[in-house]
Amino acid sequence: MSKRQVHLGAHFPGVNNTTVWRDPRAGSQVDFSSFEHLARTAERGLMDFFFLAEGLRLREQRGKIHDLDVVGRPDTLTVLNSLASVTTHLGLAGTINATFNEAAEVARQFASLDHLSGGRAAWNVVTSSDAFTGENFRRGGYLAHADRYVRAREVLDVARAFWDSWGADALVADPTTGVFARGIGEVEHHGPQFDVRGPGLLPRSPQGHPVLFQAGDSDAGREFGATYADAIFTMHGTLEAGVAFTADMRSRAVRNGRSGDDLRILPGATFVLGDTLEEAKENAREIRFLQVGPEQAVAFLEQVWGRDLTGFDPSGPLPDFEPEVASDIAQGRTRMTKDPRETARTWRQLAEANGWNARELVVEVTGRQQFVGTPGQVAAEIDAYVQADACDGFILVPHLTPTGLDEFVEKVVPLLQERGSYRTEYTGQTLRDHLGLSHPHAVPSVRATA
Amino acid sequence: MSEPLRHPVRLGVELDAAGRHPAAWRLPGARPAELFTAAHWRRLAATVDAADLDLLVVPDSFRLGSADERDQRGRLDAVAVAANLAPLTRRTGLVPVVTTTHTEPFHTQKAVATLDFTSRGRAGWQVEVSATPAEADLFGRKAAAPAQELWAEAAETVDVVRLLWDSWEDDAVVKDLATGRFVDRDKLHYVDFTGEHFSVKGPSITPRSPQGQPLVVVPVRDEPSLAVAAAHADLARLEAPDATVAARRAARLGTTTLLDVEVLLRRDASQAQEVAAHLDELSPGHGPRTLRHVGTPASLVELLHDLPAGLDGAVLVPLDLPATLELVASDVVPHLGRPPAAGTTLRDRFGLTRPASRYAVGGTR
Repeated sequence: MSKRQVHLGAHFPGVNNTTVWRDPRAGSQVDFSSFEHLARTAERGLMDFFFLAEGLRLREQRGKIHDLDVVGRPDTLTVLNSLASVTTHLGLAGTINATFNEAAEVARQFASLDHLSGGRAAWNVVTSSDAFTGENFRRGGYLAHADRYVRAREVLDVARAFWDSWGADALVADPTTGVFARGIGEVEHHGPQFDVRGPGLLPRSPQGHPVLFQAGDSDAGREFGATYADAIFTMHGTLEAGVAFTADMRSRAVRNGRSGDDLRILPGATFVLGDTLEEAKENAREIRFLQVGPEQAVAFLEQVWGRDLTGFDPSGPLPDFEPEVASDIAQGRTRMTKDPRETARTWRQLAEANGWNARELVVEVTGRQQFVGTPGQVAAEIDAYVQADACDGFILVPHLTPTGLDEFVEKVVPLLQERGSYRTEYTGQTLRDHLGLSHPHAVPSVRATA
Repeated sequence: MSEPLRHPVRLGVELDAAGRHPAAWRLPGARPAELFTAAHWRRLAATVDAADLDLLVVPDSFRLGSADERDQRGRLDAVAVAANLAPLTRRTGLVPVVTTTHTEPFHTQKAVATLDFTSRGRAGWQVEVSATPAEADLFGRKAAAPAQELWAEAAETVDVVRLLWDSWEDDAVVKDLATGRFVDRDKLHYVDFTGEHFSVKGPSITPRSPQGQPLVVVPVRDEPSLAVAAAHADLARLEAPDATVAARRAARLGTTTLLDVEVLLRRDASQAQEVAAHLDELSPGHGPRTLRHVGTPASLVELLHDLPAGLDGAVLVPLDLPATLELVASDVVPHLGRPPAAGTTLRDRFGLTRPASRYAVGGTR
């Protein structure tokens, strides 16, 4: 097998404006049948994993709960544990925040998922310094922005210590000798965020360490990912940008004493298919206008302009007044733009040059449709990215719940297989097997850390 | 021959790895190497579900269990186990223990609500506290506290969890094409809870679950836990040395009460006694935490038939698995004359109606 192999994950359409709820085929985003459908489809497509994001507070706009996009989601780990029962090979990856969870607890939760799924668990570690989200937690929002990765590193150091605390042979369970378990290590960690001491509560799980995913494009985020993560979630621009990002991450991994091949780089990607390129483009355009209705367009502009735009007509030109620079109109989501006045200038030029009204402008500037074309074109393009080492594969983000992946699995997967770039059967049982990652070696006991 | 019942016997089981006795893993049939696998739990749950038991309780704590290398140690996260069993079972209620001392209430409420989604309305939550310094050391956030304080915090947790379960009204998702609104924000509610131990803003991130409010189970073993059960429980589990003491405590609770009974069953009574003695020999010092019944299925049927009025049934806690559970299913349940469950949700089983959100116009609670 000389060709680099494409890795694919399936993102459950989450809470955002890319999930099209106006389509009559759109189903529930909380009923278990939806999760089951997408997971079974992903497994039918021999994908590496199913991915579920997390939200910890409902977003707000202008001080009120944002009501335009899909909102409301279940608990990540609980869904993944239930999916473990209706799938056999599919990796089960979930986002869990390292800021609002305790290391001992979250380590045990992911070890439990790894045990119950037979080695298919992955943790996407994210951080927050958001006092808005913190209002739902005892821990609150007191973590300074700069401390996010300090805490995340400690959470992972402590979690890994717990995962290692039972050596691979600690669970003996031999009725004839009467030894159930021996040599269980005591974790001891004292750091700026944690003082933790105690025994590991679970035998070593099938993967040793659940697979670690990380997303975060800042310098601190990249360093953190290159040190700890097995796979990096990223946004993907051009092929050239992908090649540069991947090269940077692999060299950071090497600087941290790892191999560049220890990292899987997996950008999120959308896709729209058609029998011809023209049809696919037309489908893509329809989807974009369903994602960005007139109300969503105004809400988006409010975030950039930093002011109430009630009554603004999105079928006309962009607002002719200047954005507020220091405004916090949208809570619970990432700031759209660092310099709103510069952004407004650029957009006005863009809109004028192309004859776009405000909504059309929003459609264009928020568009993230990567793969638009016939199944053959999409398969070729995905393959090209991977062969050029712009990435190791993609996390597919369908726009429909729960059937958004069906067409991809039926039409694109067979073409990737024909190209020799995609598995024709699962050859391993664990997610580490699927991703081609090594299994961490068990260490017999845990040393104290400073 | 079963005698006519004086009242319907509600029957649950609590399943812990190879059983509550820490030496149970050494008995024939225990398959100790599989205790941490899904296969182990699926076999047990299939038996429970087929027997149409009312509850399957999965215990949990942040304790290792024992310092003795001969004892069964370690335990999977209870919500994880219950969630794993949810798609594979159809009837029995799934009740994981989630402790309140070190766990964020916001996480607890969305986990149990989600279990209600994945089990299609069969989720419960058993409240527990973490009392030991060893558990506190695992988190390093606060010192161990006396029972009174731990249960006061647990009561706050139940309060805020119930508020959050109500924080989405049933019809909050509107998908209104005319206005472009996915939700009606007037049907989402900040709970703005401020208590002694924590504050939570809300609303929940998870929409209201099939049962509206999953069943809240509180174990009663001392005065502080009894007070919390009286004020907050849908269902109380009584640990008591005998049924008479339990009935006396039950009289102080205005809720459905189940007596905890540790059981070890064999078809032959003397054989059951031998197994129990053997277990105590292998790992001494594990006396009963509640009424213990070591004997035959028939004698257990008798015990259950003779429960005093005021107790609604029992939660059986097998000392060993799977042997005792299999006898419960094959030789106990058929002789209890229990009527089939009325409905598909866990609340239905206990005759509890689905509450309206307290925030809804005309809502109760």
